[in-house]
Amino acid sequence: MPRMTMIEAIRSAMDVTMGRDDNVVVFGEDVGYFGGVFRCTAGLQQKYGKTRCFDAPISELGIVGAAIGMAAYGLKPCVEIQFADYVYPAYDQIVSEAARLRYRSNGQFTCPIVIRMPTGGGIFGGQTHSQSPEALFTHVSGLKVVVPSNPHDAKGLLIAAIEDPDPVIFLEPKRLYNGPFDGHHDRPVTAWSKHPLGEAPDGHYTVPLGKAEVRRAGSAVTVLAYGTMVYVAQAAAEETGIDAEIIDLRTLLPLDLETIVTSVKKTGRCVVVHEATLTSGFGAELAALVQEHCFFHLEAPVARVTGWDTPYPHAQEWDYFPGPKRVGEALVETMGA
Amino acid sequence: MPEYGAETARLSLHVPEPEVRPGDTPDFSKVVIPKAGSVDRPPVDVDPREIRDHAYSIIRVLNRDGDAVGPWAGTLTDDEVMEGLRHMMTLRTFDARMLMAQRQGKTSFYMQHMGEEAVACAFRKALEPGDMNFPTYRQAGLLIAGDYPMVDMMNQIYSNEADPLKGRQLPIMYSSKDHGFFSISGNLGTQFIQAVGWAMASAIKRDTRIAAGWIGDGSTAESDFHAALVFASTYRAPVVLNIVNNQWAISTYQGIARGGSGTFAARGHGFGLPSLRVDGNDYLAVHAVAKWAVERARRNLGPTLIEYVTYRVGAHSTSDDPSAYRPKTESDAWPLGDPVIRLKNHLIKRGLWSDERHKQTEAEFLDTVIAAQKEAEKHGTLHAGGKPSTRDMFEGVYETMPPHLRRQRQKAGV
Ligand SMILES: Cc1ncc(C[n+]2csc(CCOP(=O)(O)OP(=O)(O)O)c2C)c(N)n1
Repeated sequence: MPRMTMIEAIRSAMDVTMGRDDNVVVFGEDVGYFGGVFRCTAGLQQKYGKTRCFDAPISELGIVGAAIGMAAYGLKPCVEIQFADYVYPAYDQIVSEAARLRYRSNGQFTCPIVIRMPTGGGIFGGQTHSQSPEALFTHVSGLKVVVPSNPHDAKGLLIAAIEDPDPVIFLEPKRLYNGPFDGHHDRPVTAWSKHPLGEAPDGHYTVPLGKAEVRRAGSAVTVLAYGTMVYVAQAAAEETGIDAEIIDLRTLLPLDLETIVTSVKKTGRCVVVHEATLTSGFGAELAALVQEHCFFHLEAPVARVTGWDTPYPHAQEWDYFPGPKRVGEALVETMGA
Repeated sequence: MPEYGAETARLSLHVPEPEVRPGDTPDFSKVVIPKAGSVDRPPVDVDPREIRDHAYSIIRVLNRDGDAVGPWAGTLTDDEVMEGLRHMMTLRTFDARMLMAQRQGKTSFYMQHMGEEAVACAFRKALEPGDMNFPTYRQAGLLIAGDYPMVDMMNQIYSNEADPLKGRQLPIMYSSKDHGFFSISGNLGTQFIQAVGWAMASAIKRDTRIAAGWIGDGSTAESDFHAALVFASTYRAPVVLNIVNNQWAISTYQGIARGGSGTFAARGHGFGLPSLRVDGNDYLAVHAVAKWAVERARRNLGPTLIEYVTYRVGAHSTSDDPSAYRPKTESDAWPLGDPVIRLKNHLIKRGLWSDERHKQTEAEFLDTVIAAQKEAEKHGTLHAGGKPSTRDMFEGVYETMPPHLRRQRQKAGV
């Protein structure tokens, strides 16, 4: 299996699906000729022509609205929002239109679109280039929400998302785009190393939406994480020596409740980690579900380690980002409870 | 340095107001109505820069005497014109019955088309099967003129057990892919850019089908309108972008959305779009302009922006009372007349129709609509009789029901 960065894996997913199905079109700001500011679509226009991969006006509402119309026609648009922070102008089109089109038309019109966007911090993007808006989408019936944590999953999940008959929000943790990450946000050496992060098969394969993966088996406590936080959780487990079972959720909506419940019933403890702000974050949903389904197995309250309830600060990024230290403290506390 | 002191005038905010309010005499003296037949008909491949005036004038075919005159006349056969009258009359009868049904508590809500029948009915006849409309809520004429079954429309309005949309949508928010009618959204303006996307897809696939977007004068203020113009212009999408200017957005007169610009059509100029204004109460003019724009799109000459100048005679919806914000007789004073009466007079003048036949046909249509209504009511109305199952409520959110929804459906006991 070739080693690749997550960017290469994402590009490969679009390449594979565009090669297999002419109905797949890719567009967004700077996406065509240049290949996107993160270069995820580099080479696609040259290979598939400019009516299959093209630049769009700086209008997120327009990009998503046009994609919905294309999907109603029968295409499978995979569009890029340059940063997740800029998806809000398109929010109405996503929430009121894409998410409901199948339902409100009783299946006459469907919306098989993918909206890709880089999320999360760790690259000093300040408060307008670092947000993790997943909870704003997991609250919406009719959407699917995916967050990959490695090249293999990124490619397989993106292919599955493009082939999915419903709209998918595909959140790409930009900290993982260009190379490995050891979970330590405050060690800049490996941040943008451009070394492959992992392996991914050539050609077509899928990682099914709605299935979590156990990244590290353990018996003492379950850690629920996704995207960049999977690595933070791993570092915390190693550093504390706590026998944590780490679950990479991969898809937040629909969620693989079964894997979560099986693990928490086994360990009796649960720590939820995400980078987005705490209040009404996706961790609240996870904690509630664990409480509902595992209450009599729990030996400690469900803990949440998240970003603070502030905008993402530029200079204090490393204090904002939940690192192995904070996750480790939560693990220790949960074990002691 | 100049001194800014007390003698400098204070700034003041300009808030546009309509000419008249309730109790005043209706006044449309500022609406300049050019003579029928006076606006030229350019070739469809005209350079948009050469027809900038078409965004400020009003294309009209039917004159006061009921004659069809000028370069835009003659796009329809006699039979087609007769059919147009029948479609408008059907819609008007349908509206009257459904408004009454709402008053009788058979549905929650209704929106009428009174005075605007020509716009959608005539436009529909310029399209081909397979073309797609992205309508807003006052274009049921597209369905009537496209032969969509009236009973299905009523089933949708009643949210009954035969509602094609299973009770999930507000009344009048129809959807019929087969009839080229995209599912209506309650969020204003969203469909305008979607129409452009559909048209772009058709062009990407080297198809021959075109799209039409619809928006009201008030809703042109939404960003979706501007996004649609940018995309349509950038990619030269095969789309006809229709603005229905019926003077009012609920209680807000059109000057609030239009601001200082000359007309809504003129908004197309900044995007290099050919932009035309047409008499929306003139079936023949609407059809001629629609045909022109549709042909442009079909010949890959790109998008066209059309403003239909019309007047919303009825209330905005069954929840609205227009006498609270405009003179009661304003609709009578509207200088472009009633689209049904104008077409009727034209046909009478040509010896193809008569007052007696008109009356007789009205009665026939009322019978047809009542028969359809009885048929629909067999399937139930909003609060009585058959309704879609609670199980249906959980279906169709996704193609395949995910586990969390299955759990919720079980919990609901269905
Ligand atoms: C995004 C949004 N904002 C507000 C409304 C409430 N609303 C419904 S219709 C309407 C007026 C629309 O006026 P116009 O576009 O001129 O169309 P008309 O009703 O006159 O045909 C408003 C404000 C809505 N449905 N959607």
